Amino acid sequence: MTITEKILCKHTDLEEVHPGMLINAKVDIALGNDITAPIAIKEFRKAGGVRVFDRDKVVLVPDHFTPNKDIDSAQQCKFMRDFVREQGISHYYEVGVAGIEHALLPEQGVVLPGDLVIGADSHTCTYGALGAFATGVGSTDLAAAMMTGEVWFRVPETIKIVFHGTLQKWVSGKDLILYIIGLIGVDGARYKAMEFTGETVIQLGMADRLTIANMVIEAGAKNGIFIPDDITKAYVQEKAKRPYTFYTSDPDAAYAAVIDIDVGKIEPQVAFPHIPSNVRGISQAGNVKIDQILIGSCTNGRIEDLRVAAGILKGRKAAPYVRLIVVPATQEIYKMAMKEGLIEIFINANAVISPPTCGACLGGHMGVLANGEKAVSTTNRNFIGRMGHPGSEVYLASPAVAAASAVLGRIAGPEALSGVRE
Amino acid sequence: MKCKGKIWKFGDNIDTDAIIPARYLTSSDSEALAAHCMEDADPDFVNKMSVGDIIVAGENFGCGSSREHAPIAIKAAGISCVIAKSFARIFYRNAFNIGLPIFESKDLWDKVSSGQEIEVDGDNGSIRITDTCIAPLHINPIPPFMQELIQDGGLMKHLAKKRV
Repeated sequence: MTITEKILCKHTDLEEVHPGMLINAKVDIALGNDITAPIAIKEFRKAGGVRVFDRDKVVLVPDHFTPNKDIDSAQQCKFMRDFVREQGISHYYEVGVAGIEHALLPEQGVVLPGDLVIGADSHTCTYGALGAFATGVGSTDLAAAMMTGEVWFRVPETIKIVFHGTLQKWVSGKDLILYIIGLIGVDGARYKAMEFTGETVIQLGMADRLTIANMVIEAGAKNGIFIPDDITKAYVQEKAKRPYTFYTSDPDAAYAAVIDIDVGKIEPQVAFPHIPSNVRGISQAGNVKIDQILIGSCTNGRIEDLRVAAGILKGRKAAPYVRLIVVPATQEIYKMAMKEGLIEIFINANAVISPPTCGACLGGHMGVLANGEKAVSTTNRNFIGRMGHPGSEVYLASPAVAAASAVLGRIAGPEALSGVRE
Repeated sequence: MKCKGKIWKFGDNIDTDAIIPARYLTSSDSEALAAHCMEDADPDFVNKMSVGDIIVAGENFGCGSSREHAPIAIKAAGISCVIAKSFARIFYRNAFNIGLPIFESKDLWDKVSSGQEIEVDGDNGSIRITDTCIAPLHINPIPPFMQELIQDGGLMKHLAKKRV
């Protein structure tokens, strides 16, 4: 069996599972946020739900339209908070403690290797970086899981992605996943698991792995997963407050496809509007002038991302008329960034620092685009209207490309900065 | 399950941000969401469509965000069913879970244009294009478990039935 099949199997009473089987699996964590949980809570009540199946396994995070952007958002957050209080939910993270859910849960040791995690948020797949099975669902599936502790799945086939070679300078996990989405398309892994392996994986720290797993949904995948190793162990051992299991794929596991990728040939990537698969190498980006840069999100708002961006922005400034917005993904990351002097570098570069929130990534608040404006963003989606007006444009890239683009006022990689000082 | 209505055609990869933009997710009220159904794919859609109409789309309909607000908006706007070449995984689950009928057909899209009327028979798995002599088109069969969900009236009702 593959690692995905093994984790699914372990959460049923079955001896073995294989692709195509319909199973009922027990969940270790069921997650919702201020946008998706209110519908789930209503469905839970409508179906006669009284108590959640386990108050330690339901996780609720107000992160999308928080700090409350308007009265309606405030009402949604309050509705969720009232439910949290009533049910005694242990994993609730208030504004000021919280952060963007998919950065927060691994950081706090809430999700661990071997877990089966569902979340009413499509980027729940992020936790596959830890060697967990994690997938996005809708609010009704979350309601069912809150009630029964179980969820139904069709066991997915797996596509194995094998990374070979050495990463070029400035090439990160973001560039690898953008490259893959460009290669296989936004439905290239539809209904399937994506398993990332190969000798290059040891060059990828946990932040890069989280970024890669985060965006498998942009290829249509059910989940993305890394086989846990020493890097995983180093990351989780201080965070875990309960036991966890490392699974691995059997040597004779069956795959729907195997894709070999020589990472040495990949340069920093940019996804042009209006679909994440519209990917070009930075050398082919042309001269695209930009209005806004967003560095943050569940994809690229971790401390490693901020360090890369600060390294480029140090002693430099955002170009005139370019709005640079930096969003540390959690309070913990914010604190680390302050301690390391990164926040000061950003402010000196004329960046505005946003509190942790999903806000701007989905055109909610804290950086919405006007008609005709262009943004380079380290987020995960560039659909029409994703970050604001339907006439705006989003270009997806790594923190390094975003930072360099901020300085130059056009889409550019860090190499283009040589000699450019303030 | 049978539906008959005028069709509205959309292309490949219609994402859930286009179906219901995030700027409207400050509410989970179905009527409020319905007022903005398909807005970023066709800003005038809700004014042009009539109750009972059918959305016909290309590959990977409903990709992107897991927001259940998307099938809710479509259902509450009065669309009777969605027929696509294929559906994104989370949208597919959500549609069955909330009781929005959806069907897969690889052939229909190329044979129809917006405004034509079609008749969908979910029970025998066929689509007839009204007022044409084109032979009825085949719908991909719905997996038995999903049929059970529809018969029971969605996931929560299905679970309630199982618990009794």
